[in-house]
Amino acid sequence: MLFFALQFSTAVVPAAAEGLFLSPEALAALRSSKVADRDRALDELAAASAPEALDMLRALAAGSLHMDRESGELFVLDDKTGTARGVLDGEVRPADGGGLRRVGTNTAQRDRILSILGARLLSHPDPVRRRAAAAALTDGPMTVDRTQLEALRDRETDEETRESLDMALALMTAQDAAAAPQSLLKSVELLRASGSPRAKTVLESLAANPDRAVAVAAAEALEHKRIVSDWAAMLETMFFGLSLGSVLILTSIGLAITFGVMGVINMAHGELVMLGAYTVWGLQQLLPSQPGTALLLSVPAAFLVSGGVGVVLERGVIRHLYGRPLETLLATFGISLILQQAVRTLISPQNRAVGIPDFMSGLWRISGELSLTCNRIYILCFCLAVFALIYAIMHKTRLGLEVRAVTQNRAIAKALGVNASRVDALTFALGSGVAGMAGVALSQLTNVGPNLGQSYIVDSFMVVVFGGVGNLWGTLSGGLILGLVNKILEPASGAMLAKIIILAGLILFMQARPRGLFPQRGRAAED
Amino acid sequence: MFKKISLFFLAGLFLLSGRVQAEEAIKVGILHSLSGTMAISETTLKDVMLMLIEEQNKKGGLLGKKLEAVVVDPASDWPLFAERAKELLTSQKVAAVFGCWTSVSRKSVLPVFEKENGLLFYPVQYEGEESSRNVIYTGAAPNQQSIPAVDYLLNLGVKRFVLAGTDYVFPRTANKILEAYLISKGVAKADMMINYTPFGHSDWQSIIAEVKKFGSTGKKTAIISTINGDANVPFYKELANQGVTASTIPVMAFSVGEEELSGIDTKPLVGHLAAWNYFQSIDSPANTDFIKKWHAFTKNSKRVTNDPMEAHYIGFNLWVKAVEKAKSTKVDDVLKAIVGLSAPNLTGGTATVLPNHHITKPVYIGEIQKDGQFQVVWETPKEVPGDAWSDYLPESKNLEADWTAPINCGNYNTVTKKCGGAAK
Repeated sequence: MLFFALQFSTAVVPAAAEGLFLSPEALAALRSSKVADRDRALDELAAASAPEALDMLRALAAGSLHMDRESGELFVLDDKTGTARGVLDGEVRPADGGGLRRVGTNTAQRDRILSILGARLLSHPDPVRRRAAAAALTDGPMTVDRTQLEALRDRETDEETRESLDMALALMTAQDAAAAPQSLLKSVELLRASGSPRAKTVLESLAANPDRAVAVAAAEALEHKRIVSDWAAMLETMFFGLSLGSVLILTSIGLAITFGVMGVINMAHGELVMLGAYTVWGLQQLLPSQPGTALLLSVPAAFLVSGGVGVVLERGVIRHLYGRPLETLLATFGISLILQQAVRTLISPQNRAVGIPDFMSGLWRISGELSLTCNRIYILCFCLAVFALIYAIMHKTRLGLEVRAVTQNRAIAKALGVNASRVDALTFALGSGVAGMAGVALSQLTNVGPNLGQSYIVDSFMVVVFGGVGNLWGTLSGGLILGLVNKILEPASGAMLAKIIILAGLILFMQARPRGLFPQRGRAAED
Repeated sequence: MFKKISLFFLAGLFLLSGRVQAEEAIKVGILHSLSGTMAISETTLKDVMLMLIEEQNKKGGLLGKKLEAVVVDPASDWPLFAERAKELLTSQKVAAVFGCWTSVSRKSVLPVFEKENGLLFYPVQYEGEESSRNVIYTGAAPNQQSIPAVDYLLNLGVKRFVLAGTDYVFPRTANKILEAYLISKGVAKADMMINYTPFGHSDWQSIIAEVKKFGSTGKKTAIISTINGDANVPFYKELANQGVTASTIPVMAFSVGEEELSGIDTKPLVGHLAAWNYFQSIDSPANTDFIKKWHAFTKNSKRVTNDPMEAHYIGFNLWVKAVEKAKSTKVDDVLKAIVGLSAPNLTGGTATVLPNHHITKPVYIGEIQKDGQFQVVWETPKEVPGDAWSDYLPESKNLEADWTAPINCGNYNTVTKKCGGAAK
């Protein structure tokens, strides 16, 4: 039957016969609408050595292999150029989306493809590619056998790649029931330093090894690992706390200016944050191919957008309500609803997808046990930079001086020639603009939708009040402390209870120190 | 000649009596939130109902009468759902109501429908443990979504399970059933981690770190997610950031569909799973036709379709068939006619109404793709009948719902042979 089928294919498609690296059964398995059938084709592709087979595997893993619904022909679709290349005849033609169906794969199949491709990369001429392929060996299922690996290790010139290969060999030895105690001891020594979770499970099984020396060494290595991972977990929790704190600071620092310095209860603060996040989305729509540039550009852009809206708010509404906190609260609450509904009607009630640029994603691996997420590190740095900037503006510039003068004593400041109403507008614009910049950071972490601001407004007020109204250092330390406490409590109590405990704790704290961590002293604190 | 005159006369009468004609139209109630937090999901369902009603009218209506949609807005406010339902049933006198999304809204309208003897078609997958005489459940019961999904994971070789959910009734009940089911499959309690988070939870760092630690024991681990709505975006983003992919720890979601994915950058999520009874990507003539009509109706070729929309499609067609069979729109007649009726679903199968007022549905497991659609990787060989009372919970395993004679009961105890009997 197989013979006949092969003959049939050579007879009918002579042109493709030389390039035909797949049996008709495998082709049928690729064309099937059931994903599970693809396994059969993979068996054959894994064994094939033709370069087309590799191409096809790559296309399968990337999801770019397509099938013509009617003729059953296979194509590799190129999204960028909008062309489809026939797999069997290599002919390039413009792609029409309608008639093509993607040849789908499931995760297990993609993993298998990647490990097949990875095994071939181990002998790639580029050392960087080899390094990555070797490092990935210990993560997934190993498809390379021992002798192959040993040969590769002996040939390898790159130090780091050699280490990874040694680790993979050590893992193999440790799992080998027939291995001699001597080589097992050597493996334990290597695995002790490895951060891979696989190493831990293998060591656990070795701790029950009949050979006493091996068992003791494995148990000791496990204990070492436990201490290291405990430390790593603690550092990780601290980092989580700091990064939550940095988000809290970012969202509340604008409020620290408008509420803390000017005394305006601005309920629309959250919506200014939301507008900042939408700015990122808007710029990414304008620059669809460069999400990273769009993100960087949106920092100043969001400052201008939210700051601009802030000026309009201040001149249009809030200016008329100075000294009447209750009316300000109600008016700004109304404005927040108007802004939300405006976004719902003008853009969409649905969340918008904001792209994450490559430099913002991924992990920074410090050691095997401890790795930190890049986006959180950037946001932490961004938060500190924004804080330094605001601090410099408030304490080193003419504007900052005037703001402080106006808040301390409006009448005398005016008498000394300060244009108080201009200062009000600029201060409010600064606070609003910073809220917009916070929105840029949030767009990388959470939903960009009309409700974005609402979920942060309460937390922001909490930070400002806790830190001490009118004090930027208070906001900084308040945000960090709340973030840390939250993250330390969370693993033990669960997210729900942690929130409640913090609120309750805050109320108790305010009983003892009603003016927060850093209360204003002197004449500024008269009321 | 006489014939012609009488035709003219009839036509004139027809034009003049436009008002009378409108009163004779069959009213169909649509009870979906158009404002508030649930508007995101429910507005789409209102649109799909309007489309279905418009189409039916083009085909000549029902029993020779036109259908008329009565749309009310319960504004994501649960008590308001009951008020609006009462208004639909008593003052508008609608023949049937299509509506509700959240379980709490359904529970809130249930007494109204039972008291006023209305008829509700409920289109969303839910936690089960309920069967009302006045409700047809066209969404999935737990055995039509979560149980097959867990079976799929067990087949993948998953040994440890994280049950993560938002803290409200659907995840709590669904997880209770899943826990009992997993234990019956030999999964130890120590191999399960259960975690609840508040609505809209946005900082997932420590929970994901904990999940990673839980999954680093060498046994294959998966997350079963009943996380709802807005909390999903930061959840998936944090997963991607901490390097959790579908090959290390896959996520099986019960509340994430095409609509929810349209707000996420899905590149890092490729391969994570969802279990539904319908996916937009399923290649069938009925589905292609439905999507084409939907795009034409909404005048937007980017609008996605999803599972609850298909449930309304099925529910509406079943109701139309039942009314045609009963030759009446009276609730009692329709209810009598509807049990046992079948209508085609969008994926090439048929949906049959069971005596327990649930329907048969195929179950699909899909993997998220780069374009925000799902690739079906597994499906049940045939439709699964919906089970109102879970067989895996001790308090409901003896209960059965059967709305046909002679039992006629929503919670019939098969041991004590009594209606309304508790299982204990």
